[in-house]
Amino acid sequence: MPDDDAAALEQADIAEERAQFAHTTIAGELLGRRKAVEALADVPHEPGVPKPDPILVADGIVRRFGGLVAVDVAHAEIQRGSITALVGPNGAGKTTFFNLLTGFDQPNEGKWSFNGIELKGKAAYKVARLGMVRTFQLTKALSRMKVIDNMALGAKDQKGEHFWAAVIPGIWRRQEQSIEAKADGLLARFKLDTKREDFAGSLSGGQRKLLEMARALMSDPDMVMLDEPMAGVNPALTQSLLGHIMDLREQGMTVLFVEHDMDVVRSISDWVIVMGQGKVIAEGPPDAVMSNPAVIDAYLGAHHDKALTDTGESLSFTEPE
Amino acid sequence: MDWGNILGQSITQGLGVLAVIYALAAIGLNVHFGYTGLLNFGQAGFLAVAAYGLAVTIVVLELPLFVGVVIGLLAAVALALLLGIPTLRLRADYLAIVTIAAAEIIRLLVRSVTLRDIFGGSDGINAFANEFFSYSPFSAGLELGPVRLSQNDLWVVVVGWTLVALSCLLVWLLMRSPWGRVIKAIREDEDAVRSLGKNVYFYKMQALIIGGVLGSLGGFIFAVGFQSVQPDSYATDLTFFAYAVLILGGAGRVMGPVLGAVVFWFLLVFIDGTLAQLVQNGTITFIRTDQVGQVRYWILGLSLMLLMIYRPQGILGDKKELALDAR
Ligand SMILES: Nc1ncnc2c1ncn2[C@@H]1O[C@H](COP(=O)(O)OP(=O)(O)O)[C@@H](O)[C@H]1O
Ligand SMILES: [Mg+2]
Repeated sequence: MPDDDAAALEQADIAEERAQFAHTTIAGELLGRRKAVEALADVPHEPGVPKPDPILVADGIVRRFGGLVAVDVAHAEIQRGSITALVGPNGAGKTTFFNLLTGFDQPNEGKWSFNGIELKGKAAYKVARLGMVRTFQLTKALSRMKVIDNMALGAKDQKGEHFWAAVIPGIWRRQEQSIEAKADGLLARFKLDTKREDFAGSLSGGQRKLLEMARALMSDPDMVMLDEPMAGVNPALTQSLLGHIMDLREQGMTVLFVEHDMDVVRSISDWVIVMGQGKVIAEGPPDAVMSNPAVIDAYLGAHHDKALTDTGESLSFTEPE
Repeated sequence: MDWGNILGQSITQGLGVLAVIYALAAIGLNVHFGYTGLLNFGQAGFLAVAAYGLAVTIVVLELPLFVGVVIGLLAAVALALLLGIPTLRLRADYLAIVTIAAAEIIRLLVRSVTLRDIFGGSDGINAFANEFFSYSPFSAGLELGPVRLSQNDLWVVVVGWTLVALSCLLVWLLMRSPWGRVIKAIREDEDAVRSLGKNVYFYKMQALIIGGVLGSLGGFIFAVGFQSVQPDSYATDLTFFAYAVLILGGAGRVMGPVLGAVVFWFLLVFIDGTLAQLVQNGTITFIRTDQVGQVRYWILGLSLMLLMIYRPQGILGDKKELALDAR
């Protein structure tokens, strides 16, 4: 029916336009950012503080490796729709905390919930299906697979992933086409479209980080957890990567990310959680946290080279076009 | 030198019953190792349970052939579950250890004196393939130039290569599907696949079962092709030859195991025939005729080593792809 087609096309146009201008400014400001900042404005700056609309709530999470207590988080909440940075010196337990929350490791004690669903004991793949996806500190590109296949793998509820349906292409071909179309859209956004047919193993470190993030987005997650997304990325790519992360917030996603570069943390995050020796030692908006004496102590204990007190605007963040 | 005879025998073996058996065993291993990255060192066990399932059903239970086939297939599925349930959640090397041990346990079990009434001890079970040959449409053997096949072998080979073709078709269909994409991704990095919401354990179990069942088809052909099942045919060297076949042809390629099996058996018989004639006509004096059987394996082993050095991806593999593995 031609009328329907025309209507569908128009719909698609509108959707595309919206997507393109998702992060456009209202009075010179990102809408998603403004919402997050306003929601967090009245939250006290103290460890484990409750948030007005938490998407993730963790309680009494303890993980020991032999005698070492790697994670001991009494309480932590992540505000829905915000970008929250998880910072702390090396060995503070950030990656382990990520692993616990996403089901890649099991805590000795504690419980946590996502979107109101208890996650304790849930397998990693189930956590991902519930809408909480993560990337890894050491990038996991699937080297001997093409970029487009990496992307397609990220899509949810694929009919052709069932064994018996797999042998009958008629069952999954249509869905496959729409998955590829979606993948192509994301690849273009992440400037990887020219690499579509290349093996993922042939990409540079930074491109792999981008691919991993784009792949995670194929499942339309509610929350994205990025473990050091900027590490090893060419400075020329950092800006666009930051732009992509800000974009996620504008699209209504929640982002939790681990980052060492304080300029990056300051420029994109609405809230910062500081970990030290497994515990949450401080929370608050970036500037407040960075002048917190407990934080400076934690860093100077391990990181003499990091000039945290340097609050000068050394990095001016430019929005992506 | 009677090159015609040597070539004829080599081609006959390259297309013969043994090539079929190893092709099927290696197609199964290809699903396990080539596509999913599972280290199954007990493929011989899958062939054994199928062959014994068939023979015991016909001889001991006195039931028809097709029941034997069904029982053999069920036994292969059961073996996969038995091996996979405890090990597939663990690191890859656990599967390797458990499978190699399980295959040996199966061989020693069917060989045992206690179970002699069922499995026939070290003599195995013989002469149970009459029904199979009664379905043969051939009334004579095949003589095509130097290639010679007896009436019975011809039927076995036709059925065998049909199974090989169907197995390849199945693997091809599976590996081009989204299911195959998940399987190949598991080979690359399990945790990445988990992080994308796929039940990796379940997929690995499916792959273990499919590869085991494909391998078990080789067990059926082994049983009817020789009209006999014997425990020591299913020792670990069967598994390692199947790996040699797979790597020779190219792991992770649909036709790799088939080409590998043909080339492997062609070469083995060709080396054997050539050496035997050279010894007989006095050109080679430092080995005796009865040593040829051993020496051909040395030469084949050496050739495989050279292949690994100069063409590690196998005949059909893609070197570029292999190089990526290093990251
Ligand atoms: N699998 C493990 N076994 C033993 N110790 C571990 C393991 N994983 C992490 N640790 C230890 O737990 C602590 C926290 O590590 P990690 O979470 O990687 O810190 P971060 O990501 O903040 O740098 C470190 O002391 C680390 O050595
Ligand atoms: Mg870390």
